[in-house]
Amino acid sequence: MKNKSLVSISDFTKEEQLRILDLAEKFEKQPRQNILEGYVVATLFFEPSTRTRLSFESATSRLGAKVIGFSDASSSSVSKGETLKDTILMVGGYADVIVMRHPREGAARYASEVSKVPIINAGDGANQHPTQCLLDLFSIRKTQGTLENLNVAFVGDLKYGRTVHSLTMALSQFNTTFHLVSPELLKLPSSIKKHIKDNNLQYHQYTDLEDVMPKVDILYMTRVQRERFSDPMEYEKVKDSCILSKALMANCKPNMKVMHPLPRVNEIDTDVDDTPQAYYFQQAQNGVYVRQAILASILGAV
Amino acid sequence: MEKVSRELKVSALENGTVIDHIPSNRVFQVIRLLELTSEKDEIFVGVNLESKKLKEGKGIIKVSNRYFADWEIDMISLVAPSATLIEIKDFCVVVKRKFAIPDKIQAIVKCFNPNCITNHQPIITSFTVIDKEDLKLQCHYCEKITAKNNVVFL
Repeated sequence: MKNKSLVSISDFTKEEQLRILDLAEKFEKQPRQNILEGYVVATLFFEPSTRTRLSFESATSRLGAKVIGFSDASSSSVSKGETLKDTILMVGGYADVIVMRHPREGAARYASEVSKVPIINAGDGANQHPTQCLLDLFSIRKTQGTLENLNVAFVGDLKYGRTVHSLTMALSQFNTTFHLVSPELLKLPSSIKKHIKDNNLQYHQYTDLEDVMPKVDILYMTRVQRERFSDPMEYEKVKDSCILSKALMANCKPNMKVMHPLPRVNEIDTDVDDTPQAYYFQQAQNGVYVRQAILASILGAV
Repeated sequence: MEKVSRELKVSALENGTVIDHIPSNRVFQVIRLLELTSEKDEIFVGVNLESKKLKEGKGIIKVSNRYFADWEIDMISLVAPSATLIEIKDFCVVVKRKFAIPDKIQAIVKCFNPNCITNHQPIITSFTVIDKEDLKLQCHYCEKITAKNNVVFL
């Protein structure tokens, strides 16, 4: 994995993904290690993202490296009309690796082809967000003890949910049974369903969250956005069908964990936060260890 | 008036290339894609010709003293997948083959995703053809699919 860019989750083989998870476990036990002392990590966020950026900056700092970068394109040379290629080539002279978030799909792939240093995609438009996918896998494995043979529910906006698409593709490597809960208009795209079927796995579809509660090991929540509905009345009809309340959790499996890529708006009631199943904040914290593992691997420090 | 048979029309070229069985409504697009308007040698173009293969009429382009590279031919296959390529040397047909859609397409097609980086930066587009029967092009950058109806040439 040394010097290899991470643009899409499929850039890493299954073995490499598992190696990242194993390495992240080590960092979880000992997050402060100076193995990247003297290195410089550039965080180029062409669109804002507090969580991902801070997570990468924390991961970098805990390994002894320094962070440079920008968190908003308007405060950079981009606003002067500089091409993406020029920006990447310039920053590649200042840093050992570039972590990049960009509003346009394909930006990270292009950057990885023109850059002299590795590129880590922190999100390119509606396309990929591989480090989120890896931290989701890490969280699932940590809480369930395995990635094999699990029942995983995805709830909410399955049509536009980037994290749902990536995680479905990744989990299809592990004999997962999928339970898909969404309004009719926001179902998982057929191309992703085809991927599930091509791996000889099953998926079941529901419109109400209540129906999956006793069946699943992981409940992965996503937000249903009003903007996705051209008819506001359609939204009103379905908005409550994908909300998790503490009451709904009465008959869930004891090992079940509730995950959410955050930010959470109203799709998880705050009274769920204190239940033993709520895992979304630990999930975010796991992002630091997974990103440490990715940085350390790509920079060849392990 | 002298009647000239179809056979003679084709082999009347001494050296050059004939592209036959182009759907009539694609002929001028093929001329543009092959940049034939800057050619100095003789070019014959036939449009709306009767054809058994193409019910709406076919077109033919005959270009003297010009042979096309594989990549140029592959590009034309997207526009005219049913066409035939005939290369002529010294009045003899030396190559006759059908077009075939290649596995990768570069530079000539625009990505249908308005938010793809290729529509905002000076980048040459690149696609993998994931379905040849019902044309589907997957963008190498944004990973989205441009379908047959949405193919726009650059």
